[in-house]
Amino acid sequence: MNELNEERAAARDATNWAKAVSRLDVSEMPEEAVNLVSGKRLAGPIQGFGKMWQKTYQAALPREAVSPQDLISTWKQDFPSFWPDGNRFYAPLTGIEPGEVALINARVPGSSMTLSTGVMVLYADEESFTLMTPQGHMFAGWITFSATERDGETVAQAQVLMRASDPIFELGLMLGGHAQEDQLWNTTLTNLARHFDVDVDVDTAVVCVDKKRQWSRWTNVAQSTAIWSTVYTLGTPFRAVRRWAGRVRHG
Amino acid sequence: MTEATATFDVRRHGRASVVDIRGDVTAASEDVLMAAYNDVGDVSAIVLNFAGLDYMNSGGIGLLVTLLVRANRRSQQLLAFGLSDHYRQIFELTRLDEAVSIHDSESAALSAAGAD
Repeated sequence: MNELNEERAAARDATNWAKAVSRLDVSEMPEEAVNLVSGKRLAGPIQGFGKMWQKTYQAALPREAVSPQDLISTWKQDFPSFWPDGNRFYAPLTGIEPGEVALINARVPGSSMTLSTGVMVLYADEESFTLMTPQGHMFAGWITFSATERDGETVAQAQVLMRASDPIFELGLMLGGHAQEDQLWNTTLTNLARHFDVDVDVDTAVVCVDKKRQWSRWTNVAQSTAIWSTVYTLGTPFRAVRRWAGRVRHG
Repeated sequence: MTEATATFDVRRHGRASVVDIRGDVTAASEDVLMAAYNDVGDVSAIVLNFAGLDYMNSGGIGLLVTLLVRANRRSQQLLAFGLSDHYRQIFELTRLDEAVSIHDSESAALSAAGAD
């Protein structure tokens, strides 16, 4: 590689990838955002328990409605606004930038339970960005959002590469979790397209990359957000009493 | 998305195959990488040479995961050498290094693979 190309590559490396971290650190967030992510390690598809899945969701918009670069820019800037109701994505104040950590408080359909987790921005450039999951998240893996031009259209894509983190979530996937995941990204892409005044049909392609479960990873359950979110929720009254006692003590 | 610009050249070395990677590895490299994998033959180890790598984005890392799954299915070890400090950190960040061992040289990788 000549010197100019080396400089360009180094610049891309420096700006597009997150810096190395051993454990996640969450910057300032709204008070209502539940943070069970600080101190956790990242977890990729290799660290998960369940079968490995690659799921690709695509929506095609007319090129004249939006360019791929503008679509990605909008998606990054307004990412939480395209999520379905009932799920909160607390983006970092600096936005979708490599290394930043976002919190997710997701409602479990059919219940009053909220799962508190998050993601880290692993990679971001003008055409795509990738979010990677922490330990305890429902899935171990990453999701890449991208936009490309194809046959005169701007194709928006969300592609997930993941395993369920632990046996609880693997069972959950088998009992309707896959359909919920599909619905989440179907709704997100539909909302994104509507932002540009376009109605779309979302195409979904699912590939089971690895049919084997990694049984030795059953111990991931110790980090499960299903368990720790429940513990957090059960502790709500005690935290309220502690805050009240603190106010009384300090007048 | 960036068009495929990476090349993957395979050469045999005893019980291992070395895959020389050049260019930009992105999701668009999938067909070329998998074609190279089909050429590695019945070996016990696949050694990835990243010395000629110009750039890799997150799509490229995802390809390495699927390559790893295919190699594991055939009980093949996956090793790497030639990574820059930056990409060693990316392997650590994505925890890919827990499944793909990283070495300082081709000879070290081949030795670790038992193919020297």
